[in-house]
Amino acid sequence: MSLGEFLHMGGYAPYIWSCYGLTMAVLIGMEWASRRDLKAAQLQARRRTQTAGNP
Amino acid sequence: MNSESRITGDESRPATRWLWFYKLASPPHAYRLLGLWRPWLLWPAVVLMLIGVYGGLMLAPPDYQQKDAFRIMYVHVPSASLSLMVYVMMAVAAAIGVIWRIKLAHAVAAACAPIGAWFTVLALVTGSIWGKPMWGTWWEWDPRLTSELILLFLYLGYMALRASFDDVQRADRASAILAMVGVVNVPIVKYSVVWWNSLHQGPSISLLKKSAIDGSMVWPLLLLLLAFVLYFGAVLCTRVRAEILRRERNTAWLSQIDAKS
Repeated sequence: MSLGEFLHMGGYAPYIWSCYGLTMAVLIGMEWASRRDLKAAQLQARRRTQTAGNP
Repeated sequence: MNSESRITGDESRPATRWLWFYKLASPPHAYRLLGLWRPWLLWPAVVLMLIGVYGGLMLAPPDYQQKDAFRIMYVHVPSASLSLMVYVMMAVAAAIGVIWRIKLAHAVAAACAPIGAWFTVLALVTGSIWGKPMWGTWWEWDPRLTSELILLFLYLGYMALRASFDDVQRADRASAILAMVGVVNVPIVKYSVVWWNSLHQGPSISLLKKSAIDGSMVWPLLLLLLAFVLYFGAVLCTRVRAEILRRERNTAWLSQIDAKS
């Protein structure tokens, strides 16, 4: 099987590659967003502990 | 109605045999453990995904009816399975949070929602893209498709309801009710293709019966299913940790958190 044949996917290329591309994008996006969420929560928590010290 | 009382042990009887549990579920412990577990979920997930995708795209033979289009199954089925599994987990966690007043359970439920919603979007969109060449339409108001769309609205409703409260504990309680009521939709999604005459095909794999698809096609699917579960676990760890921090008012351990961890 040549690379061209593989990419062609028997004529279903647009459907198959869009599905795989989309899934990959969402999985990477979710991982990235969850890390950003944790960072934000850590920053928030730190700010809270600092302000708790001096009322 | 003080939910702290049990955890701090004010009441004479949360039996001592449950102490290990309260210790484990205490915010500092859970926060640390989830951070330790995460890489052991994420990296196996990545490896299994690569093997599964290789098997699904390169090794599995074309389907006798759908030709190469059936390969969409390898991303569609795990997404759809996870959309249901995550909902069940969210509802069970919310119920545990309400019944036993465990804050960590509420944190888990809250963390499940955005992940489940994205899996539902993936299932709907990849299903739609698969439907176009196979059924000749992007969308049909079919029982399976409609109930999966309702699942998405349940997730979105859950998140919107949470966001409408300033107080986390009230948000926990109110959203838990929605999560628990919405669980009736899960069997409807799952069995819609059996109960009604649906455009969507029936299940091809089952825990009890012999699979309706050939081994060369099914192993990449099972691998990807496992990979998606592990991936979900990894992302859940991160999100629950963030939820723990948002709920915590005990500043003693919070101040010791390293931003890099």
